[in-house]
This record gives sequence, structure tokens and C-alpha cells, in this order.
Amino acid sequence: MRHITSITDLSIAEIDELILTANDIIAHPDKYRELCRHKKLATLFYEPSTRTRLSFEAAMYELGGQVLGFSEAASSSAAKGESVADTIRTVCCYADIIAMRHPKEGAPTVAALHATVPVINAGDGGHNHPTQTLTDLLTIQAEKGRLDHMTVGLCGDLKFGRTVHSLITAMCRYPGVQFVLISPEELKVPSYVKIPLKSGNVPYTQTTDLASVMPELDVLYMTRVQRERFFNEDDYVRLKDSYILTPEKLESARPDLIILHPLPRVNEIAVAIDEDPRAKYFKQALYGKFVRMALILKLLEVHA
Amino acid sequence: MNIDSIQNGIVIDHIKAGQAMQIYDFLELGLLDCPVAIIKNAASTKMGRKDIIKIDSELKIDLNALGYIDPEITINIIRDGVRVKKYHPELPELITNIIRCKNPRCITSIEQELPHVFKLIDRARDEYRCVYCESKAGI
Ligand SMILES: [Zn+2]
Repeated sequence: MRHITSITDLSIAEIDELILTANDIIAHPDKYRELCRHKKLATLFYEPSTRTRLSFEAAMYELGGQVLGFSEAASSSAAKGESVADTIRTVCCYADIIAMRHPKEGAPTVAALHATVPVINAGDGGHNHPTQTLTDLLTIQAEKGRLDHMTVGLCGDLKFGRTVHSLITAMCRYPGVQFVLISPEELKVPSYVKIPLKSGNVPYTQTTDLASVMPELDVLYMTRVQRERFFNEDDYVRLKDSYILTPEKLESARPDLIILHPLPRVNEIAVAIDEDPRAKYFKQALYGKFVRMALILKLLEVHA
Repeated sequence: MNIDSIQNGIVIDHIKAGQAMQIYDFLELGLLDCPVAIIKNAASTKMGRKDIIKIDSELKIDLNALGYIDPEITINIIRDGVRVKKYHPELPELITNIIRCKNPRCITSIEQELPHVFKLIDRARDEYRCVYCESKAGI
């Protein structure tokens, strides 16, 4: 039995296998419709995250399975002070697999220690969110046809953005990938994230100017620059517009660029770009469902 | 009292002066029935002053956990009055409930019953991280 609490729990071969399965699900959905019949997924969401929860639930329904659970701590036994360990022991009596979201870092690891069924981390605070990374990888693979030999631009808050960190960790293992890290000085990638880049001789450049690097990019991964990350309002006001993607900035981009965003978006991508064929961020939600289906199948050891 | 006075037991030597009680508490030696001697501020050519703990019993405890407190400590195993083994404790792979995770966002911050477990990530750099939130020990 396996648990997935971090993207690093999966080898490159396993990630490739999940992407292969997800692509097969996209191509032949009928093959998969009954595979999880009579199986139950518990979605234990200690904090609301409608987007992620719906994605897991849709994935399980599409495999013919069923779903139970709660969508916020207030409606769960946690509100009465029950520990994660005790809740998990109970839920394991009812469910075949668990997807867990928790505001505290490491809660899914605690769950995995006590679970008799597989646990998937559906986000633990700002710590890990492996199915988001799998979604990003499947989106890139499906839209570009590959995960190797490309230039990936990551823009915005690269200091606190955990989705950015795990995407770097996952993608730097593929050959020929290089990164362009675009952020204000205050929000640069922390040094520990660059360790695998340096040890693997993965080329990367750091810049504060999105417009100037636009023509080089195959993938542009946007994240939000949040006001509360800055020490003073002046810096925020001065910088925020440089990290907003507008049709003007996109003029110099490649025609086959793809634009991703973990969502929800606030204002970092102008609404005018939504109609651009290079905008893939809403399609990511669809890929997210397919890759979660693949992950559920793998952890339940169900084969088509 | 010196090493010779122990027949079968353990002598924990070269403890930094003043640290013996911390180790006494950590190993829960207060719960033992056998003789335990604490020698404080003993003269040491190497350290100036040192503490020593002598335990007149063969304990079944993992003394390597002491490696996290102080890797310079020397552990002597005495059998039939003879020192049969002398070693420094190695850094343990896991340390449980010796240090606490200080990350306010860690699950251990709200679940009091959880053991605080740290895993050795880098032996050369003496680096431990919380098994739950992966925060570095001591920060
Ligand atoms: Zn922790």
C-alpha cells in the first residue's frame, strides 16, 4: 500500500506511467468507467478548497466509484477536537482511499502513519500539493507533447509559491529542461529549491523583467504576487504591474507558448488573455481530473 | 567511585560539565532501581571539567540518541569489571521527543499527543528535519 504526501514520493518512471494512464483515459474513457465500482473515496477537507475537492470527487465518480467525506473542519469531528489519527482510523473502516486537505503542514503524513488504506495529500497548508504538480505536468505533456527539452518560465511569487517549488523539483529531472525564474528581488526562489538545479547542472536564469524573456519561453507558469508578501505598500505598488500578464506583454511570445496558472487567479493574468489559444489555465482543471483518476487507479492497484 | 567499581554496566564519560542532569532526565535514569552515580565537575585533562554518569546495570536503551545532545560524549560498556566497548554515540536516524518542532504551521502545533519526530537528512551537516512539516530542527 502506498501513500502520496509529496511529489517526491513518486519516481520519474511512476510520474511518466501516471501521465500515460491519464492520456489513455482521455483517449478511451469507456474503458475506465466501471473500474472503481463499489469503491469509496473519502474526501477529508479540514479547510474548504472547492476546486480540489470537486476534482477528486469528479475523478472518483468517473471511475464508477462513490464519495463520502466533509468539506470543512466545522462540519467534521475535528470541530469536537478529535485528532487526525483517530479520524483516520474511523474513516479507514468506510473508505478504500482517502484524499485529505488540511491547513496544518504534515497532517497528511500523520494520516498516512495510521491509515490502512492509501492517503493522498490534497494540500497541507503551504507545504505540499502533489496532485497540483501532477496536474501541471500532465497539462504540459498533453499540450506540448513532451516534458523534456523546453524552456519553462515561472513568474511571480517564487519565494512562497510551493506549486512553483514542486514543479521545479519534478521537471528538473527531465533532460534538456531549462528554467527562467521571473520575480521581484523580494520574492526570488529560495536557495534550497536551487540545489537540484545546481547539482544536476540544469541551466536557469533569474530576472525581474517578464517582457524581456517572453520570446524564449515554451511554458509560462504564472503565480500571484500578494500584497501581504511586501514590507511596504510602495514596493508592492511599484512592482505589481510588472508581473501581470497583458496582451501587450504577450506580443513577443512564441505562437506555441502555453500559459499555466494554479488558480484561482486574481488579477495577475488580464481577462483579455482568456480567449488567447495559448491560455491553458482553465483546461488545467480538466487535466487535473484525469491525472487524479490515474493516481486513484494506481493506489488502488486497479488495472484497465 | 571509579569505573572499576562497576561490574556490569555503563559509564557515560566526557559529558560537558553541567549537562549530566539533562542526560539523567533524558534517559529517565530516575526510574531505575540499580545504583546510578552522577559525578559533577570532575577534572579532565581534555575538557578541564566534565560530568560522568555511572549506571550499575546493563540498560536496554538506545544510547545513540545521546549523539544528538552531544556527539563528544564517550560511552563505556563494562562487563565483569572490564571495559569491553568504548564509543561515541552516532547521530541517530530518528530522534523522538528530544526537540520540538517550532514551525507554528506544523500539525504538531495543534495536536498535543503527537510525538515530535525528527529525521536525519544530512549526517555531514548534522541536519535534522521534522518528519511532518520538514522544517529544519532548531529554527
Ligand atoms: Zn514540524
